[in-house]
Amino acid sequence: MKHILLSTALAALIAGPVFAGKAFVSNERGNTITVVDTDTWEVITEFPGGNRPRGITVSPDGSKLYVCASDDNIIRVFDTETYEELPSLPSGPDPELFILEPSGKRLYIANEDDNLVTVTDTETRTVLAEVPVGVEPEGMGMSPDAKFVVNTSETTNMAHFISTEDYTIKHNILVDQRPRYAQYSADGSRLFVTSEIGGTVSVMDIAEDGTPTVVGKISFEVAGVQPEWLQPVGAKVTSDGKRLFVALGPANRVAVVDAQSLEVLDYILVGQRVWQLDFTPDEKYLLTTNGNSNDITIIDVATEKAIKSVQVGQQPWGVVTID
Amino acid sequence: MNNRLIPLFAALIWCVSAVSAVAIDVKAAVLRIDYPTLLPISRYDLKPDDLGFAGAVLGDEDNGTTGSFLGHTYETAHLAVPPEQADDAMDQLLAEGVRLFVVLADAPDVLRLTDKAAEAGALVFNASAPEVDLRDANCRRNLLHIAPSRAMNTDAVAQFAVWKKWGDWFLLAGSNPDDVKLADAYRRSATKFGAKISEDRTFEDTGGSRRTDSGHVLVQRQLPIDTQGARDHDVVIAADESDYFGRYLSYHLWTPRPVMGSGGLRPVTFHGAHEAWGATQYQTRFEELTGRYVRPEDYNVWLALRVIGEAVTRANTSDPDGVHDYAVSDEFELAAFKGQKVTFREWNGQLRQPILLYDGSITVSVSPQDGFLHQSSPLDTMGLDRAESKCTAFD
Repeated sequence: MKHILLSTALAALIAGPVFAGKAFVSNERGNTITVVDTDTWEVITEFPGGNRPRGITVSPDGSKLYVCASDDNIIRVFDTETYEELPSLPSGPDPELFILEPSGKRLYIANEDDNLVTVTDTETRTVLAEVPVGVEPEGMGMSPDAKFVVNTSETTNMAHFISTEDYTIKHNILVDQRPRYAQYSADGSRLFVTSEIGGTVSVMDIAEDGTPTVVGKISFEVAGVQPEWLQPVGAKVTSDGKRLFVALGPANRVAVVDAQSLEVLDYILVGQRVWQLDFTPDEKYLLTTNGNSNDITIIDVATEKAIKSVQVGQQPWGVVTID
Repeated sequence: MNNRLIPLFAALIWCVSAVSAVAIDVKAAVLRIDYPTLLPISRYDLKPDDLGFAGAVLGDEDNGTTGSFLGHTYETAHLAVPPEQADDAMDQLLAEGVRLFVVLADAPDVLRLTDKAAEAGALVFNASAPEVDLRDANCRRNLLHIAPSRAMNTDAVAQFAVWKKWGDWFLLAGSNPDDVKLADAYRRSATKFGAKISEDRTFEDTGGSRRTDSGHVLVQRQLPIDTQGARDHDVVIAADESDYFGRYLSYHLWTPRPVMGSGGLRPVTFHGAHEAWGATQYQTRFEELTGRYVRPEDYNVWLALRVIGEAVTRANTSDPDGVHDYAVSDEFELAAFKGQKVTFREWNGQLRQPILLYDGSITVSVSPQDGFLHQSSPLDTMGLDRAESKCTAFD
């Protein structure tokens, strides 16, 4: 998806006027989406996003915004230019997080209350399948070849590897307590799974056929912060596979990890209860949602420093960016 | 399930890789002793018939979902009996092969049943008795405590009071034996955290102040008189485990002060309005299953079964010794919707856990409070610490 966005961006640069990039932030308590200009870092607008908006993503062409409206039990869809609401998608009950396959066709949704992953066709707006998974499914990751969707279940404490061909689980891997997020490296050779209460990130090597093998575990340590508060949630890997960024929840920090050696290099102080992360499409900036300080922090990826905070709505949860 | 599109049961078929698994069928039982008691002050506190058992149903369901990926099944029996039938009930369950018990009973019964269980090599989880003694001189190796001790609860309240700088307490205690024990725990907590009990009184249980005989009319006249003339205090601490006056205190004091303990702000393991740390999901699962709000007893039973489930999942054992050893080992950790992992004190089998301070509608605060430090875990600032423990069964 990044490659497509990147090439669209380049095309836009060559073809004509430069359009400002945008970040969309879901505000879980405020029931709104805040739109932020990623050049000026000014808030452009805030619009209603349904009840308890959490997971948020965009179509590959950047034209449609998808939002898990958890308390409405549907996926709300918005036009990223006009912010007009488009017809919703069925999601199953309590959608929390989802992942869109690179083609933009199938959306894989974690139904937190029902121990299911729902597969929805974004074109026909119909449910294609429901896959029973562990208790409290949350994190959703997709292998770059789109052959596997990884779901993490928070109370079962497993990463479930679901085949996108027949919607059956091919592998279950136990990880530490309360797994929140699953993120593949861009080349698909590694998978990172964060465990909020366990305080760790499980690292798996992924074989050609998609089979995972646990190869390591990352833990965190910050002087002056109780270990109990180092709670990994959101995670992103740079497309060159060199850096892993991990949001540490109530520790109010993003950890910078060497994604090869798994050594933690630094901790960047951000807002309070840092939750989810997203890069800008050019990967120059990393945006963090800070649920308790109601803002997002912008991190310069090259220098690994926080450069700015922007006030958004009430209890920001997820973030996604477009060109 | 019927109305769902293409439910893919194929995924539920035992399908494992990298998770080493052995088929295990886990049998457990919840044994609840129903004592003859008076009505609670508030109708909201009436005990539902399925008290505790509802937590077991959810526990089986949660464990069973995980178990479906590993070839493990969970089946928990529930039994409510009057005190005189408790021993027979346990004998019967032991004869049926149950070796993992969750007990909701008073301390003397818990102890007797635990010793009976020990003869058969069975493990007991205490889900209700707050007696400090059970974790101290009278501890047992085959007894793990999910319920917090009185000392943990009173330390939780004391820390909040001290954090608020409400250092002068008016301790108002009931006159029944459990009230007296609770008051002692508050005195100990006051000393531990540097609060001063500037006024220490007993409110006699004369058996008349309940709502059914227009309790509020009597109480409105009686309580101000009983609380007047107290030395200066910042807060009133109610020690009323028998529940006959604590709930009335907030609006019937002589001097208006916040009330904590058995009225006003109360320490609980869980309540139906707790939402932080993903607890909303727990609440919706529980309510869908039972049609009512969760009680601390339900949560305690659920947590006991989750401890068993965790041992089965991670250590591939449902053997009582195996579960016990895994639970008190360094490897054990469990997420319990309280913002940090819960673990067991390896010196007396008490579950370390945050305590919620609940005002009847929301979580007002959670102890341990900021600034109360401990060399191993801030959770060990509440209750008996290793150095003061007389328990030797875990050595």
